[in-house]
Amino acid sequence: MNYIDNILFAVLLFLGIGFFIRNIKKISRNIKLGKIVDRSDRKKNRLKNMVMIALGQSKMVKRPISGILHIIVYVGFIIINIEVIEIIIDGLFGTHRVLRFLGGFYSFLIGSFEILAFLVLVSVIVFWIRRMVLRIPRFWNKEMKGFPKNDALYILYFEMILMSLFLLMNATDVPFQQVNAGNPISQFLVPFFENFNAGTLFLIERSAWWLHIIGVLIFLNYLYYSKHLHILLAFPNTYFANLNPIGQLTNLEAVTNEVKLMMDPTADPFASAPEGSEDEVLGKFGASDVTDLNWVQLMNAYTCTECGRCTSSCPANLTGKELSPRAIMMKTRDRLEEVGKNIDKNGEFKDDGKQLLNDYIAPEELWACTSCNACVEECPVNIDPLSIIMDMRRYLVMEQSAASPELNMMMTNIENNGAPWQYNQMDRLNWKDE
Amino acid sequence: MKVPTMAEMSAQGKHPEVLFWVGCAGSFDDRAKKITKAFVKILNKANVAFAVLGTEESCSGDPAKRAGNEFLFQMQAMTNIEVLNAYEIKKIVTACPHCFNTLKNEYPQLGGNYEVVHHTELLKSLLDDGRLTIEGGKFKGKRITFHDPCYLGRANNVYEAPRDLIQKLDVELVEMKRCKTNGLCCGAGGAQMFKEPENGNKDINVERTEEAIEVQPNIIATGCPFCNTMLTDGVKATEKEDTIEVLDIAELIANAEDL
Repeated sequence: MNYIDNILFAVLLFLGIGFFIRNIKKISRNIKLGKIVDRSDRKKNRLKNMVMIALGQSKMVKRPISGILHIIVYVGFIIINIEVIEIIIDGLFGTHRVLRFLGGFYSFLIGSFEILAFLVLVSVIVFWIRRMVLRIPRFWNKEMKGFPKNDALYILYFEMILMSLFLLMNATDVPFQQVNAGNPISQFLVPFFENFNAGTLFLIERSAWWLHIIGVLIFLNYLYYSKHLHILLAFPNTYFANLNPIGQLTNLEAVTNEVKLMMDPTADPFASAPEGSEDEVLGKFGASDVTDLNWVQLMNAYTCTECGRCTSSCPANLTGKELSPRAIMMKTRDRLEEVGKNIDKNGEFKDDGKQLLNDYIAPEELWACTSCNACVEECPVNIDPLSIIMDMRRYLVMEQSAASPELNMMMTNIENNGAPWQYNQMDRLNWKDE
Repeated sequence: MKVPTMAEMSAQGKHPEVLFWVGCAGSFDDRAKKITKAFVKILNKANVAFAVLGTEESCSGDPAKRAGNEFLFQMQAMTNIEVLNAYEIKKIVTACPHCFNTLKNEYPQLGGNYEVVHHTELLKSLLDDGRLTIEGGKFKGKRITFHDPCYLGRANNVYEAPRDLIQKLDVELVEMKRCKTNGLCCGAGGAQMFKEPENGNKDINVERTEEAIEVQPNIIATGCPFCNTMLTDGVKATEKEDTIEVLDIAELIANAEDL
């Protein structure tokens, strides 16, 4: 017996899964660099959101064409991967189609996989056409140049190749075709190989088999570098997403304490803060770097698959402003990756003279936002770009006093006369007699 | 016009059914003041025992919060909450979706717990309770499209009340391409009302107005003083002011009957 194949397979499997686990750990570490936010409440609602939105794809079909195509690829991906179980057993133990003993059920399974594989192949080709031929605008925004554009194409090519290999593997498996069950798609490929001798067919079948499983392992490990992490993170992301009304911005507790103190006539302005109170370690207000954001916002950044539905519905982006909610998420992830690599290299974060604000996200982008929540509403996996924009505005205004003169005027007016314009508060009821 | 203040009411030992939160635009902006008055006329006609805070009202803090100034927002909020709680206010109505959202969603964390409704919701319930009748009057047969204010629609899921009211006017309600959850912002939210837009190739209000024009309405209806300003400017920018009017739902109802 020749065990080299099996050993080689085991090593590949071990490496593939090992690297994948290492990457997952890295992502998890990076996400935990974010501030704590409690999302352990309302578990039932959270579970329902996850089941409806991630598992059930309810928000995807808001755009029916891409939504339905996506569901095909999604269902295909999950179901065809059952086949990987057989591949792993065969690979490790040198068997061939070990689950064949299931008989009619096996044929049914493989037959369904074939049909799904074909549908996935067609869907992915349509996706490619939408991107490259129809040039749907949201795939061609400014932030989609270079790697983000290629990344999307690599993933499509990967899926095309994997599905083709699966069908090829079945088509060239002579005993499988002889049974002539469970081959609703691959039987049509058989005529192409009519003149091939048994040896060549066996070689093609084995190559397709090997390339398929190697492809799956490479794809698994490509996830970490790609925008494709949503296939995993969509689930926690929808589970831990904000459940409050989307019009409600977070309340800054630290500010509440300050304001209460200011408004309390009995407070002693010269009293020193009680020992150990948070006044001593009063953090900064708002966010200027990724570590000022909370972990859900950072998970959002890894979850984003750059579909651009947010950007294509953003009023600022539609009218040519610099802001793109998708770019906010991409830049947050890029900076988080940079911080992560910094930690990998130095053991802990060493100041690199950079931050999310200015080095990645410009104030001009932040100030273009109308807080209309269209991006939040659109996101098929409940990412919240607006919360990042607002946290960064808070930093600009409360830490840097960097609002525009007009906004400063508005705020001065509110402070002095209780309205954003320069009217006397005593005139507030004048309309009654006008 | 009968506009009792909380101070007067409370001096007489009375308590209003609902407090009308006028808001800064409704108090000071010439265009928005018309909406305020239209709404008050309807309240009076329906015999609603309402009151306003008058000079005791102050900015809800929405533009400050959305500009990033949490300090200023919370100072405004806490000051307002002190006033509202001192008068033991239970229910608030406002014609401004920004005040509506802030009072409803952002005041509770700071100790202000009230039932807050948008004026279209209150009008709808008055209608349902038989306290208010709506007739088409001079608007009968007109083509009207409704622009969803972001802070009413997406932020708080109020889509039907304004539409139900419009339909009571015997008019033809037409929807824009982007409506309800997909509604396009007028461009004023997030403190944009108070600043020039960032550089781009178009103003958001013009984009939105063009979308409204596509459905050829006689009237663009809305339920927000800021949307009203933005769309009125948009109609002017597209030189349609002779054929298209921008009106608040309260104005539609009040003007239909010549209140």
